[in-house]
Amino acid sequence: MLIKGLLRILYVNLDNQEVTVQERVDLMDYLGGAGIATKLLEEEGEPTSDALDPRQPAIFAMGAFSSIFPVATKGVAMFKSPLTGEWGESYAGGRFSLAMFVAGYDAIVIQGRAKHPSYLAINGDEINIRDARPMWGLSVEEAGGMMREKEAGAGFRTTLRIGPAGENLVKLANVNVDTYRHFGRLGLGAVLGSKNLKGITITGSGHYPIPDSPKYNKAYHEIYQKATATNAMEKYHDLGTAVNIQPLNAMNAFPTHNLQESSFGQVEAISGEAFAEKHLTRKLACTGCPVGCIHVGTWRKEFGKGHEYELLNAAYDYELIFALGSYLGMDNPEKVLSLIEKVESQGLDAISTGVALGWATEAFQKGLVTLEETLVPLTFGDVENYLQAMDYLVKRQNEFYQLLGEGTWKAAEKYGGHDFAALMNKLEMAGYHTGYASILGQTVGARHSHLDNAGYSLDQSMKEIDKEKIVDFLLKEEAERCLINALGLCLFARKVYDLPTIQMALASLGIEKTEEELIKIGKEIFALKMKIKEEMGFDLSKTRFPKRFFETPTLHGVLKEEVMQELLELYIQKLKEFVPTPVSV
Amino acid sequence: MKKVKRLRVENMTRCLGCYSCMMACARHIHKNFSPQKSAVQIRTKGGLQSKFVANICRSCKNPACVEACSSGALLTRLGGGATFKKDNCTSCGLCVASCPVKAISWDTEKAKPIICLHCGLCTKYCPHQCLQIEEVEVYAN
Repeated sequence: MLIKGLLRILYVNLDNQEVTVQERVDLMDYLGGAGIATKLLEEEGEPTSDALDPRQPAIFAMGAFSSIFPVATKGVAMFKSPLTGEWGESYAGGRFSLAMFVAGYDAIVIQGRAKHPSYLAINGDEINIRDARPMWGLSVEEAGGMMREKEAGAGFRTTLRIGPAGENLVKLANVNVDTYRHFGRLGLGAVLGSKNLKGITITGSGHYPIPDSPKYNKAYHEIYQKATATNAMEKYHDLGTAVNIQPLNAMNAFPTHNLQESSFGQVEAISGEAFAEKHLTRKLACTGCPVGCIHVGTWRKEFGKGHEYELLNAAYDYELIFALGSYLGMDNPEKVLSLIEKVESQGLDAISTGVALGWATEAFQKGLVTLEETLVPLTFGDVENYLQAMDYLVKRQNEFYQLLGEGTWKAAEKYGGHDFAALMNKLEMAGYHTGYASILGQTVGARHSHLDNAGYSLDQSMKEIDKEKIVDFLLKEEAERCLINALGLCLFARKVYDLPTIQMALASLGIEKTEEELIKIGKEIFALKMKIKEEMGFDLSKTRFPKRFFETPTLHGVLKEEVMQELLELYIQKLKEFVPTPVSV
Repeated sequence: MKKVKRLRVENMTRCLGCYSCMMACARHIHKNFSPQKSAVQIRTKGGLQSKFVANICRSCKNPACVEACSSGALLTRLGGGATFKKDNCTSCGLCVASCPVKAISWDTEKAKPIICLHCGLCTKYCPHQCLQIEEVEVYAN
């Protein structure tokens, strides 16, 4: 806890059920969140061992501002990614950060492997490793319900769990957080699966007196007003991130049909407006966020003759409507919601699953794989076959699905088709085909996410291609985001939390930092990540861009591979100057 | 006649579950970062797929909590609910047990009940006006 002048770390070893707590003053400079999680991964990780080696730690942390300031809702997970074999980093909201706060831990380090399926129940200082054998094989929803039934702390509890995908070590598996949020993307679900860990519940009753009440209340109020009364975050509440679907489509930036196209003919049918009009029934917030960007869609599904209906609901967002919508050619919201519901229940990452199936569909079209491999004919727009394929993927039905479950990269190694596998250094792309900055940003970003450095955003504001500007922007943005992520802020609030605001907020807690010091913290976290990535064997110069990126038009027209290569080289060169040499312990 | 404020639940189906109300009570009244220290408690009935409910003082005219308190720490509040006289409290916890709708939380650190002041600060931080303050006129006696 930043406010207590030390950080509390809980270490759990599943091999021998040993539990220890360390209070670390030396970690204060890392603030929390991405900062301490990166440092702990450096201390505890086994960079050269397999990502699913039981010794590998799964590290969870809340941010320095968690439960203290508005929209500080994001917790972080750091691990070695079984999907890319290098840096694993993922963020989730829900009640995770609040639960960590009341439990009294800034970070949790989980190592080892339980002797049978288990879940970890944390209630303040009381730590239990509980039997989860009856839950193994159950859906995310069912297992979550069982854990909630058993554990105390309603209202102040988070329930993390994996689905069958994580149990079966599918590298596209995520970790569900409180039903509507996730630690997604880089295969954390498989990491927990490899530890025989079905889930984690966290709660507690920790409380912390406010040191300077008037000063803090003023700071809180100012930030709260900025987040709610100004338009800084309004779009996230209104239509939500899905508001971007039509504009990005109009820009030729909306990946469609395995990125064979960058605009979708039936876009209106799956637009944010269409979802809102027909299906939006509820908005929810992560704890501590007055904005409420979680959009829940409800639909009625006929499951049998004789008017047999079930009422289903799923949370949707821009990325899901891209990956499980346009990318697979879904032309109505119910189809998209059905696919979302499937990935949710099985614990699959929505983006990676959609992009992997998009690749598989084209591989099937091109005859690289046949029905013998895919078992169902994969065709854009055919929702039933995709639902079936997802089940095969989770069950690892045959050799093809076994390999696809290792990620698109691995499947393409065997069957060919790297040219049309939309991957950013082995990670399935996010939903922005905006131009050079987006592709470069995801390729070079620590976790290959569009959220590492927002290249997609620069593409939208940049008129003429300026290589220096692109590279400088990506470097600066990535370091700044390391700071934002150390504080546990939702990136949607990045405009609310500019440097003076962060300074003012820290000062209200009695912590004085100059702007330069804050910038330095961001840079140091970034540098440490890069160092660990290198130890894990990652080499940016070995990047291979798939041809597909240079075939399909973007907002900036058809991109040139030579220009991208030059940008990459410039980035590598500038990165060396930009990040300080990490201070090793 | 005297004007008295009363906290009431208005639109819980619109609740986002953001806990801004709880944080406001904790911050301003209890001077604490933990939203557990709040007279308002937002809950779900089993996970985020279910509805939110607000556990708040319902302003009983003759409250059970006042009846249960034998030390004179809880007095009937004008307009309903209870007024808390901290110095008289013996930390017996009977008020918490007595509330038929479990609206009184227990401050584990101070070993005192958390009694709603009906000040309405929480409503100012509710983005969807789920909780509201009503002003009612009551006879002073």
